[in-house]
Amino acid sequence: MNREIRRISLVVTAMILALLVASSVIQFAAAGQLRDDPRNSRAFYDSFDRDRGRIIAASGDVLARSEKVDDDYSYQRIYANGELYAPVTGYVTVVGPPSGMELIENELLQGTDDALFWTRVQDVFTGRKPTGGAVELTIDPAVQQAAWDALGETSGAAVALDAKTGEILALVSKPTFDPNALAVHDPTAVLNTYQALEQDPAKPLANRAISGDLYAPGSTFKLITAAAALESGLYAADSELVAPDALDLPNSSAQLTNFADSSCAASGTMTMAEALAVSCNTAFGWLGMELGADALARQAERFGFGRDLSIPLYVRPSTFPKGMDKAQTAMAAIGQFDDRVTPLQMAMVAAAIANGGQLMAPHLVRSELDADHRVVREVAAEELERPISRTTATALKDMMVKAAETGTGQLARVDGLSVGAKTGTAETAPGQAPDVWTVAFGEAANRLVTVAVVVEDGGPRGQSGSGGTVAAPMAAAILAAVFR
Amino acid sequence: MATVVPGGARPGRWSELLLLIFALGLSFFAYAQVALAVTGRLPTQMAVQCGGFTVLVIAVHLILRWRAPYADPVIMPAAVLLNGVGLAMIYRLALRYEELGVNPGPVIANKQLIWTVLGLVAAAVTVIWLRDHRSLRRFTYTAMVLGLFGLVAPLAPLIGANVNGSQIWIRVGPMSFQPAEMAKIALAVFFAGYLVTRRDALALAGPKVAGLQLPRLRDMGPIMMAWLISVGLLVFERDLGTSLLIFGLFVVVIYVATNRPSWIVIGLMLFSGGVALAYRLFAHVQRRIEIWLNPFDQSLYDAQGGSGQLVQGLFGLANGGLFGTGLGRGRPDITPLAYSDFIFAAIGEELGLTGVVALLLIYLVLVERGFRTAVGIRDGFGKLLATGLSFTLAFQLFVVVGGVTRVIPLTGLVTPFLAYGGSALLANWIVVALLLRISDGARRPPPATSEIDLGPVLAAQAARDARQPAASTPRRPMPADQIATEAVRRP
Repeated sequence: MNREIRRISLVVTAMILALLVASSVIQFAAAGQLRDDPRNSRAFYDSFDRDRGRIIAASGDVLARSEKVDDDYSYQRIYANGELYAPVTGYVTVVGPPSGMELIENELLQGTDDALFWTRVQDVFTGRKPTGGAVELTIDPAVQQAAWDALGETSGAAVALDAKTGEILALVSKPTFDPNALAVHDPTAVLNTYQALEQDPAKPLANRAISGDLYAPGSTFKLITAAAALESGLYAADSELVAPDALDLPNSSAQLTNFADSSCAASGTMTMAEALAVSCNTAFGWLGMELGADALARQAERFGFGRDLSIPLYVRPSTFPKGMDKAQTAMAAIGQFDDRVTPLQMAMVAAAIANGGQLMAPHLVRSELDADHRVVREVAAEELERPISRTTATALKDMMVKAAETGTGQLARVDGLSVGAKTGTAETAPGQAPDVWTVAFGEAANRLVTVAVVVEDGGPRGQSGSGGTVAAPMAAAILAAVFR
Repeated sequence: MATVVPGGARPGRWSELLLLIFALGLSFFAYAQVALAVTGRLPTQMAVQCGGFTVLVIAVHLILRWRAPYADPVIMPAAVLLNGVGLAMIYRLALRYEELGVNPGPVIANKQLIWTVLGLVAAAVTVIWLRDHRSLRRFTYTAMVLGLFGLVAPLAPLIGANVNGSQIWIRVGPMSFQPAEMAKIALAVFFAGYLVTRRDALALAGPKVAGLQLPRLRDMGPIMMAWLISVGLLVFERDLGTSLLIFGLFVVVIYVATNRPSWIVIGLMLFSGGVALAYRLFAHVQRRIEIWLNPFDQSLYDAQGGSGQLVQGLFGLANGGLFGTGLGRGRPDITPLAYSDFIFAAIGEELGLTGVVALLLIYLVLVERGFRTAVGIRDGFGKLLATGLSFTLAFQLFVVVGGVTRVIPLTGLVTPFLAYGGSALLANWIVVALLLRISDGARRPPPATSEIDLGPVLAAQAARDARQPAASTPRRPMPADQIATEAVRRP
């Protein structure tokens, strides 16, 4: 009997050993795989159980922080002035992955980024609970606030970009949402809020500055047409362009006319500089046809059209249509037809022009910091592209100054600054009020900042709204805040 | 080779006391840790509860000193520790359920505490009342009747109740009970008593097949009965766990009783047949196996009664990792039934692999002490009973934890001492009391051997017996009551 009892006891030992092995496999060998399973809500809850790092503005103002609370998720994310910064910060939510900067810098903010390795090692020894690193943005709260105020109750977007460094000083999209409402810890409330935002016809969740539905650039595109003309070597700022009151479009019964059917020049010709200043459609339509669609497309691409860009938020590529006939090319040359751009793209065009042809990579993050706010990575100013020569840039810059001094962009001027501007009034659909634009730069004391403003549906002026009357004063207000 | 000297056998009661204090301390520490982590302060009743629990455990200890002074000193502390950790974990889940306002609510902690008290009292009563385990042998057939009654009671009208698809409960007024838990003790007594009597006949050789000495065909009756009872449990009560347990228990006890490995082979064959039959006949058995093989399959995961629970349990274990989230700091409540069937996953999540290994090793120590008792006790009935009871503890652990860790398909049984469940707790404390009683007999120095070292003499005699088997009964093993040799040789 005893021999048999010992055998049974060996079998039982083997059974318990099997349990030990299985537990080791689950809890050690396969643990990582199990934790990564999307159905594993524990890893998700875990992600809330840390002191997530802050998102701070260039001034040091705290835009997003975490506060200890007594519920399932341990920490509540709080967005100071949430609506103002929503397009930049994004949000964290208990019902899904984060968005915006919260998503892009998630690992740093959570403290799991490799850059924070030594901080984590220290945490182990000092016994501190793992704490996330912080993100310092390039956003200047004063400029952001000015852009927000300038847009007022309109739908639209504004971007302010330091042309010499690529730092984005302001990025506003309206209407917007309060990220705090999505960061609450009641999943049902979050889902209801989210659904309401998603179904809102005003599209508050769209980041109009960089990734919304994109806008027709209207006459602001003439900067690119002019750049292509100057780069071709066949034209200079004082080259005479054909500028009839109405331009016959080939193979089409339609005619291209000027804004409000006005006349550009009694003589029927005008210089390119004059044409840009008054934003003459027929002159640039004619010029576009002379240059051809390929030249326009090439120039647009060099400014960044069709290019994936991360700042590090994702920027939807602006597009210039392909396979156009002459009539369509004429329309595309003045920013109509199927041209689609982001406000950031147009700010980049102005930035390259104002900065002597050098386009700096636009970015929103100035530095990444550890939990003690020591810098772990700094973002340096970096050239993205040289879309035009210095000569072209100088000529275009002068043309923009002229447009601000004597042309359509006069309301963009700011006392004490050298300002250049280009307005745009983009037809969207027959009977629909136009989307109105201004891209402008301001320069003083070795500082050079460009601004792009777009206002949907003519803003407060509706059908009668134009870039020069609605968007230009907004650009001026933003520039004034930059050079305050 | 140890020498048996009067007073030389150490009762080990002081070791037991020390281990008990350690087990109690660890349990209270876990209890406090849970409360601090979840609520930020100690439970209001902590002093009273811990004090009362300590008094009760020490009382059982004193009863052992009085009535079973030579009882194994490790069994009781191991059970106390497992029970204590289980209570802490159930309290932890109760707090969480209270917070969420979900079933089963905070009541489980108090219920389990009450059942723990009842369990300890039952253990004390068993040790006092049962002076000698051999007297149980007289109740062999009474035990059979009680055991079978316990198994079929849930099928009775009025009192039987169906919970989660299994017909394994009886309900009388507000009280509900799983009679199978008590039935397993009764059947362990019955199997031991019956097989120790029939062992000679059942060991007789029948046909030899492929080198294996099979029993005579007419001796197949008892094992077929056990098999039919198990199949019946599966068919009529859908109680896969108890079905396996009863059959496994019978096979192990008959193997030990007869020294014939053929019974194991026959048992495994019948088991395979039963499984094949169940797999063909029952959708729920098929589903269990499917879940076991492909738990991560999305459609199985989403299905009602699918693999969701198992997978959540695995996530919990993985989340615990090597060191666990810490008591009160994980999310074991996400796994359905974390307080009962999946308590192992809950513990693995919060105590990590470290805690899991510790608990499994404590179980190992507990059941190995049980088998050691079986080896040590002199009478055959005691050997079979101790083996059977130890095996039921180990087998329940294996079936539940093996199910949770995907070693085998999931079947419903209660993790002994850890999981929520009054009937099981009460039954397992009685199992422990019986093992303590038998171990007292096993470790007690025999009064007849005073001042003489019989070890070498008896060993020599045993060796002689082994060399010269009696010619008349070549295959007849030594009767149970004559194999005291090994018992005396024990250290």
